[in-house]
Amino acid sequence: MAKRIDVSGLSAFYGTTKAIEDISMSIEPRSVTAFIGPSGCGKSTFLRTLNRMHEVIPNARVEGKVLLDDENLYAANVDPVAVRRSIGMVFQRPNPFPTMSIYDNVIAGLRLAGVKKKSVLDDVVERSLKGANLWNEVHTRLNKPGAGLSGGQQQRLCIARAIAVEPEVLLMDEPCSALDPISTLAIEDLIGELKSQFTIVIVTHNMQQAARVSDRTAFFNLAGVGQPGKLIELDDTQRIFSNPSVQATEDYISGRFG
Amino acid sequence: MTVTAVVEDSRPVGRSLTANRLPKWAPAAVAVGSIALGCGIGAAAGLASHLQWGLLSAALFLLISYGLSARVEGRRQAKDRFATSVVWVAFILAVVPLVALTVYTVQQGMDVVNGNFLSHSMKGVLQSGPGGGIYHALIGTLEQVGLATAIAAPIGLLTAVYLVEYGRGKLAKAVTFFVDVMTGIPSIVAGLFILSVWNLALGFGYSGFSGSLALAILMMPVVVRSTEEMLKLVPNELREASYALGVPKWKTILRIVLPTAIGGITTGVMLAVARITGETAPVMMLVFGADYINNNPFDGPQQSLPMYIWTQYSQVNNDFGYARAWGAALVLIAFVMGLNLVARGIARWRSPKSGH
Amino acid sequence: MTSSSPAAPQGRERRTRDSRVGDKIFMNLARGSGILLLVIMAAIAGFLAWRSGLALSNNQGNFLTTFEWAPDAPKPVFGIPVLVVGTIVSAVIAMAIAVPVAIGIALFISHYAPRRIAQPFAYLVDLLAAVPSIVYGLWGALFLVPHMDGLTSWLNEYLGWTYIFDQTKSGTPRNLFTVGILLAIMVLPIITAVTREVFRQVPRMHEEAALALGATRWEMIRTAVLPFGRPGIISASMLGLGRALGETIAVAVVLSSSNVLSLHILDAGGGTFAQNIALKFAEAGDSGRNALMASGLVLFVITLLVNGAARLIIARRKEYSGANA
Repeated sequence: MAKRIDVSGLSAFYGTTKAIEDISMSIEPRSVTAFIGPSGCGKSTFLRTLNRMHEVIPNARVEGKVLLDDENLYAANVDPVAVRRSIGMVFQRPNPFPTMSIYDNVIAGLRLAGVKKKSVLDDVVERSLKGANLWNEVHTRLNKPGAGLSGGQQQRLCIARAIAVEPEVLLMDEPCSALDPISTLAIEDLIGELKSQFTIVIVTHNMQQAARVSDRTAFFNLAGVGQPGKLIELDDTQRIFSNPSVQATEDYISGRFG
Repeated sequence: MTVTAVVEDSRPVGRSLTANRLPKWAPAAVAVGSIALGCGIGAAAGLASHLQWGLLSAALFLLISYGLSARVEGRRQAKDRFATSVVWVAFILAVVPLVALTVYTVQQGMDVVNGNFLSHSMKGVLQSGPGGGIYHALIGTLEQVGLATAIAAPIGLLTAVYLVEYGRGKLAKAVTFFVDVMTGIPSIVAGLFILSVWNLALGFGYSGFSGSLALAILMMPVVVRSTEEMLKLVPNELREASYALGVPKWKTILRIVLPTAIGGITTGVMLAVARITGETAPVMMLVFGADYINNNPFDGPQQSLPMYIWTQYSQVNNDFGYARAWGAALVLIAFVMGLNLVARGIARWRSPKSGH
Repeated sequence: MTSSSPAAPQGRERRTRDSRVGDKIFMNLARGSGILLLVIMAAIAGFLAWRSGLALSNNQGNFLTTFEWAPDAPKPVFGIPVLVVGTIVSAVIAMAIAVPVAIGIALFISHYAPRRIAQPFAYLVDLLAAVPSIVYGLWGALFLVPHMDGLTSWLNEYLGWTYIFDQTKSGTPRNLFTVGILLAIMVLPIITAVTREVFRQVPRMHEEAALALGATRWEMIRTAVLPFGRPGIISASMLGLGRALGETIAVAVVLSSSNVLSLHILDAGGGTFAQNIALKFAEAGDSGRNALMASGLVLFVITLLVNGAARLIIARRKEYSGANA
C-alpha cells in the first residue's frame, strides 16, 4: 500500500508571493519523514503541496513535480480529489466534524465514496479506531458526538478518519502542537505503529519529537523575512541530529536560532 | 488492514489518480448552448412569456451539465458539477427579478421626477389628469419618521444599555426574548394596536403622530438588537480601566462605552429608520392621507410617501396615477438606499481596523 | 463595618454618594425602558384581545368556519378560514421558492463566486432587503402580473391535473401563486443574508478536513457546511416566514381578493390576514374594526409562534457550538 514520493523542482506561491522555492526530495515508503525548521520556512506549505491541499487557498498555485510511485500529481488530467483520497492528512488542530458522531466521523470518507453496507462500515470503524489506538476508549459510545472527546482523543479520531479510507500516504501537520504531553506521547506511539503500513510525513516544531518518531528528517530554512523557504538538507534522523552536513542545520538544532 | 472497501466509482479499482475531465470552457459552452436551445424552443413553441424561455434554458442547463459530466467524468464529479450549476442558476434567478425591479422603477420614475414633482402637493390636482407632486408626502414622511425615531431611539438605546450593562436574571431574559419576538410583529398589527389605544380608547384623531407611534413600535426592537450587538463589542478592559480610575458606572457608560460604540449604534439606528420609512400599512390606518400640505404632524391627516404610492395606484388607478406612483417609488427607494449606503459607510469607517 | 473613620475627607464621601445616586437613576432609566418594551408587548396582546372579545361576542357566524366577512352588517357575520388558507398557502409557496434559492445564493456568495463578484453581490442583496414593500407591490402589480400570464397558462396546461395548478377561472393572474412568487422575491434577501453569515462562520478546518478526505466541493459542502449551517438556515427561514405571513401592502396591491376558499392557486381570489385588514379597514365601522382586530390577533399569535420557534432554534445552536468551541 505505502508508496514513495519523489519531489522535483517544486515551488509554491500565494498570489505573487513565493512561499517555497525549488524543492527536490525523495520520501521513502513505510517510514516516517519529519520536516523541521523555523516558523515561516514553508514546511507546512510544502506538506500541503503533497496532496494538493495547497491549491484550495484562493490564488495559491504550485510549480514543479510530485511523483507518487512515478505518477505526477500535478499532471494535467490528474483529479485533485483522487489525490487526496490516496494521500490522507491530519491537521494541526483536531478537527472532527462537529455535527457527526464518532462513528460517522470515522466513515466520513467512505460515505463520500458511496460505501453504504453496514457490515463493511462497522468493520472499518472498528479497525480504524483500533488502528488509531482509540477503540478501547470509545467503543461503548460510538454514537456520541466526536466533539465531546478530549483533545488527544479527537486527534486520534482524526487519524482514524484519515486511515479509514486506506490512503497510501499520511501527512501530519504538527499533529501534537495543540495537545498535552500525555496525549502527545500516545500519538507518537501511534505514528511508530502506523509506519508499517503507510508512508508518513510529519511536520513538527518539536525537535525531540522529530528525533523520537522519524527515520529521516528534512530541515527547511529561509534566507530572510519575505524570502521563500528552501530545503537545506534531508538525511537519516540520527545523522541530522548528531552530525549534520550543513552548518545552518547544526545551528538550528543546537538552538542557536529559530 | 486488508479490507478493500467496495468503492462505488466508475474508475478501476487500481485507484488511478487520473480522471477524464471536461475542459475548462465546458460549463460556459453548455450555458450558451442551453440558452440558445431554450430560446429556440420557446420561440418555436410560440411561448409568449420570456419567463418560460428563461426557465426552459435553466432546466436544460442543469440537465445537460449533469448528463455530460456523468458520461465523461463519473457520478461524483457529475453531482459536483450539478451542484455548481444549481448554485449559479440560483444566483441568476435572484439577479433577474431584483435587477428588473430596480431598472423598471428607475425607468418609470425618471420621466416623472422633476422639480415640480418634488415641490408640489396634490391639492387641486385632478386625479384623472397629469401633474401634481409629492411635496406633502415628503414632509409627512420626514416628520413621521423623525418623531418615530425621537421616541424609539432613546428607548431602544436605554434598553440595550440595560441588557448589556445591567441585565441579569429573569427580567433581562424576558426583555431579550420579547425584543426578539417584537422584531417579528407584522406592521399592520402595530397599526391596529395604536389604533385601538390611541385613536379608539383615548379618542385622538388621525394625525402624523399617531402613525409615528406605530412606526416607533416597529423601530424599537431593531434599535435594541443592533445597539446590543455594538455594546457587546466594546472590550471589558475599557470598562474596567474606567472603574479602576474611580469613575462611577453610569458615567463610564455615558463617557466611555457609548462613545466607543457610537459608529455602530448610528448605523443601526439609520438602518432602522430606512426600514420604517417604507412602511405603508400602519401609516395608512393612522395618518389617513391628505392631498394638501399639512406641516403639523400632531393635528389632522397627513400624507407619506408609501401611502402616496398606494393611493395613486389603488384609488386613482389610471396611467397618470401609476406614473405618479412610480415617481414617488423612485424617490422613496433613493432615500432608503441612500440611508443604507451612508449607514454602511459609517459602519465601515468607524469599525476597528481588524478582521476581514 | 464599624463606623467609617471620622478622618475621611467629606468631599470624597459626597462624591461616592452622588455617584451612587447617579448610578441608581441611570440604571432605573435603563431598566424602565426594558420594562416599557414588555408593557408594550403585553398591551398589544391585551388590547387586541379585548377588542377581539367585543367582536366575537357580536359575531352571528362562526369565527372559525364562516367564509364571509361582513361584520358591519345588521347581523354581523365574519370568519377567518379564507384568510388562514390564503395566508398559509401564499407563505408556503414563498418559502418553497425562496429557501432553496436563498441557500443557493448564500453558497454562491460564500463558496462559489470569485471574490471580486461575491463581495459586491452580497452588498447588493443587502441593499435589496431595504426596498420598501410598497415598491415591491407596485412592481408586482404593474410588471410581474402581466408577465405571469404565460407561466400561469403553462402550469395549468401541464400541471393542471395536480388540482392545485388547475385554473378554473380565466382572468389576470392576481392569484395566490403570483403573490407567493412576489413574497419569495421579497423575503429572499433576508434569508440570504442570515444564511450567508452562517455559512461564512463554518470553520475553515472543517472544510479542509472534508477536502483532505477526498471530497469534491459539493461533498465538502454537504459534509461540513450544510450540517453546520442547518440551524442557521432554519431560523433564517423562520424569519422569512414571519415576514411573508405578515406582509400587508404588497399582497393588497397584487391579490384580487374574494370570499372564496379554494386551493386552486392559479385562480384569482382568496385573501390573507394582513391584506384583509388593509383593504377593509377604511370602510369599517366600529364592529368592523373590532372584527379586524380579532383577525389581527390571530395573525399576531401566528407570527409570535413562528418567531419564538426561530429564536429557540438559534438558542439551541449556541449551546451546540459552545460545546466544541
